[in-house]
Amino acid sequence: MRPPAAPGRLIYGSKGFRIRVPLSSCTLAAGAEEVYRAALRAVEELGLDAEVYRVGCTGLCFMDPWVELAKEGLPPTIYANVRPDQVPRIVEDYSRGDLRGAAALRFRIEGFEGGPPALEELDFWRLQTRYVSRNCGLVDPESLEDYVETGGYSGLRKALSMSREEVIEAVKASGLRGRGGAGFPTWLKWRVAYEQRSDVKYVICNGDEGDPGAFMNRLLAESDPHRVLEGLIIAGYATGATRGIIFVRAEKPLMADRLERAVEAARRCGLLGKDILGSGFDFDVEVYRSAGAFVCGEETALIAAIEGRSRPRQRPPYPAVKGLWDEPTVVNNVETLAHVATIFQAGIEEFAKYGTERSRGTKMFCVTGAVRRTGVYEVPIGTRIKTLVFDIAGGPPEGRKIKAVQIGGPSGGCIPAELFDLELDYESLQSYGAIMGSGGLVVIDDGSCMVDVARYFTGFTLAESCGKCLPCRVGMKQLSEILERIASGEGSVEDIELAQELGESIAKTSLCALGGTAPNPILSTLRYFRQEYVEHVVNRRCPAKVCSKLVKYVIDPYLCKGCGLCAKACPASAISGSPGRVYQIDESLCAKCGQCLVACPFGAVRKV
Amino acid sequence: MDPEEAAERLVSKYGSGRGSLIRILQEIQKTFGYLPREGLEAVSRRLGVPLSEVLNVATFYHQFRLEPLGTYVVQVCFGTACYLRGSPQVYEAMRLAAGLNGGRTTTEDRAITIEKARCFGCCALAPVLMVVSSNGSERYIHGRLNPQEARRLVYAYRQRAAVAAGYGSASAGSPG
Repeated sequence: MRPPAAPGRLIYGSKGFRIRVPLSSCTLAAGAEEVYRAALRAVEELGLDAEVYRVGCTGLCFMDPWVELAKEGLPPTIYANVRPDQVPRIVEDYSRGDLRGAAALRFRIEGFEGGPPALEELDFWRLQTRYVSRNCGLVDPESLEDYVETGGYSGLRKALSMSREEVIEAVKASGLRGRGGAGFPTWLKWRVAYEQRSDVKYVICNGDEGDPGAFMNRLLAESDPHRVLEGLIIAGYATGATRGIIFVRAEKPLMADRLERAVEAARRCGLLGKDILGSGFDFDVEVYRSAGAFVCGEETALIAAIEGRSRPRQRPPYPAVKGLWDEPTVVNNVETLAHVATIFQAGIEEFAKYGTERSRGTKMFCVTGAVRRTGVYEVPIGTRIKTLVFDIAGGPPEGRKIKAVQIGGPSGGCIPAELFDLELDYESLQSYGAIMGSGGLVVIDDGSCMVDVARYFTGFTLAESCGKCLPCRVGMKQLSEILERIASGEGSVEDIELAQELGESIAKTSLCALGGTAPNPILSTLRYFRQEYVEHVVNRRCPAKVCSKLVKYVIDPYLCKGCGLCAKACPASAISGSPGRVYQIDESLCAKCGQCLVACPFGAVRKV
Repeated sequence: MDPEEAAERLVSKYGSGRGSLIRILQEIQKTFGYLPREGLEAVSRRLGVPLSEVLNVATFYHQFRLEPLGTYVVQVCFGTACYLRGSPQVYEAMRLAAGLNGGRTTTEDRAITIEKARCFGCCALAPVLMVVSSNGSERYIHGRLNPQEARRLVYAYRQRAAVAAGYGSASAGSPG
């Protein structure tokens, strides 16, 4: 799907030659800072009249760090996995029109033939619908001007020209549902808060994003923070709030910094503060850095954190009636608010074109794990899992087989490969035991054990359980112990039944959504991969050879060259032998850490 | 500045409402690298919040620490993608190399702290770890690790910590 064309000035810059380098947490981790500096040096040394431009990230993580060179007369060209020492050569070649080594063209231009394929011709881009993520990797996230140039804040202007009821009705007509997980209709929360009679109301942007494997909110807020802010101001207007709070984890400092800078810039331009754009609406926003706890993604726990407390509380009353400091409070996810801004900018019709009857629009998904192209991809709701995992993310790496995908993080479940025709929408995922959640998809291949996957998530939620209600506090501990028994080969068939029964009771009786969904990983693996559990308890065997107590390390005498590297690597001194001879592992000493396996250059160490 | 003074200054900066508790604790930790007991007691007195409640908050959120850390803090990501790609082996290899056992997370010479971390969202680089200096001035990310490489990092950061403490020598730049 073609995103709206970006204005030429944004692509080529005022100098007619712009070199874009993505500076966001993920690209920085991959070395983008060094690439940025190398680009500055290259431009100076080559004496080019070009600007090196900071942008956010496109979400094509498998290309990190990338650079995009755009000189008038040439197509804007993307280079992938760039090392700093390659930059001078790339810049020099490109400026002469030589596009060798490039990964893709952002788009083709008339009069220029050849070069690498354009993004539109590549599955990982063509099959996406870049709706909320349209600016990611294109604009400078710290530039209000860039955002305005792409239509930014025209949505707010439009909303302010409408009455509050009309704004809420427009969101209702769009069919937008919360992108944070549960898919609650956005307009309904707003309506309830709007109807409360109170002088003080709050709107909160939930940027707590705590699911492992989910970072679309971080990417969006780091790459296009004004879009999130614009959505929040519109939410504030619609509900009659006077204050907005953006709740971000202290562990995501760049996300908080960029949002803070966006707030300051908006305030300077009269988009926040008194009488916004002459409408008579007063509203201001602050960025709140949370100290981090998984449960804070739950709205009542998030509110508790701002009040200086911990732990969620019983609902009702819902926050829209009685929330922060007991005042009506709307809590919306980062992506939901970015959608609000985009809907008001681009119109309801544009949004409603995508998605399914019950769930309109697009959703950003993070695809990680056993795929060739990890990244953040935005697709219409209702896209098949198979399209996302195989066509967009490229399927499994060479020689591996995908067996499941884990969707929705610790509150979600595993969907087996046989069901990859399933459409990604709130209802169908739920009926198959997973949830949309924040949209993290971890692809699991045949090298992973499903009992171990369940154990991992159970361990996670157990550690994150706040301890307030009994089912979650005690139940998760028991579940975790049962799984521990099964994984170490000490479980029984009754343990499997017990885990199922206990999981179902925890889900039914917990106070908040954390406990309510915490058993999902175990229940869904029991549903689709029961055979793996049975193998662990009946045959005392881990088919994927992951559960360390059921695995033995041996050295293949035909492959061993007697180099002794394994013995050197072994921290438990469990490997003995002499150079030139076949080495041996003493099972009674072996700690099963697997270091010998990594150390052996001949592949002679095996798990059995 | 001692923790008592810090608490006093911060309460006057952020106000004595219950809502300033987390912010005050964050700033105290920024100053001292952890939350000293006297600091918690001072905050409790000045905000009129019982010490048990202050401790409740301080132990509930991941960001807070009640003990001083090593010169370098290694955070091994235990997000799903990293876990499946072997971060538990990386973590164990590093603990062994650093000589940590039982519940200890910081080496006796306070050179290195090794802990498990929540997902940083760098899943494409899995398994990944982040190293931050406890004074906050340095931050490195190392990705696509294996146990061998991880062990090497322990030695490299140990040496670096020794340099920071004023003895030994090492070259500048990231140890990775």
